[in-house]
Amino acid sequence: MVVFEKPKALTDTVLHYCPGCTHGIIHRLVAEVMDELGIEGKTVGVAPVGCSVLAYNYFACDMVEAAHGRAPAVATGIKRSLPENVVFTYQGDGDLASIGMCETVHAAARGENITVIFINNAIYGMTGGQMAPTSLIGQVTQTSPYGRSAETQGYPIRVCEMLATLDGPAYLERVTVNNVKNVRNAKKAIKKAFQNQLDGKGFSLVEVLSSCPTNWGMTPQKALEWIDEKMIPQYPLGVYKDKEV
Amino acid sequence: MAKLTFKEELCKGCGLCVNACPKGILTLSRTRLNQKGHAPVELTDPEACVGCAFCATMCPDCVIKVEK
Repeated sequence: MVVFEKPKALTDTVLHYCPGCTHGIIHRLVAEVMDELGIEGKTVGVAPVGCSVLAYNYFACDMVEAAHGRAPAVATGIKRSLPENVVFTYQGDGDLASIGMCETVHAAARGENITVIFINNAIYGMTGGQMAPTSLIGQVTQTSPYGRSAETQGYPIRVCEMLATLDGPAYLERVTVNNVKNVRNAKKAIKKAFQNQLDGKGFSLVEVLSSCPTNWGMTPQKALEWIDEKMIPQYPLGVYKDKEV
Repeated sequence: MAKLTFKEELCKGCGLCVNACPKGILTLSRTRLNQKGHAPVELTDPEACVGCAFCATMCPDCVIKVEK
């Protein structure tokens, strides 16, 4: 009996991510959910700009590449013209919370019936480790070599909490993938976000706290511990909005 | 008995599976490199594996297939 194997909704393309990057885990969870719900054939994904820009090579469903940050706007168009299809976006924090903040907030405010997978690793990974809107206070990055200072660079943005003030979103949850238990919880959240769309409930966003061992300058395991020690206190896990409840 | 199969060429030697294994029977090779130059994961004691799939759950690259 097979206990675990690669989901069918992932292609055989080798992931380009750095060793220990949790993008790979999250890709797999999204693919597993597609397999379990049997929606691979009618799913359209929207890839972002950032480390996961090549996501269209990895998911076996149809994929569209959006301009930087515009994935929720592109997904809106696809979903409105193809309402029978399942549409999801997969975006990093530089994409969703910085250049694409406008599209994100408005798609959420309109309550578009799409699923957004938001990867928050508190840094710009692809461009070499610059400060992101989600970087923590005191976090050392390429563009904050003395640590992020609230005085000059402001405070990190909590996307789930912010969107929870809107009436549009149906479901907002923050999860992480830094240990087995959290990976399983993350999968449940992602599955619910897709199920919500199938049920026509509206905008669902799952924020996944992710690691960036390369740009954080840590070993992969240390980076997972850093999520526990530093990121979760700033970005508490949990459900921020669920219209069902 | 559980059986693990490794797609060694996909392994990047990050070691997340090594840390996840409750039996402590996974290790990164000290003697071999794969074609990408990473030290791939190895199973030291196949008999001790219980097939919990914690390793595969934490693997970002779908290297491990678990059968029971």
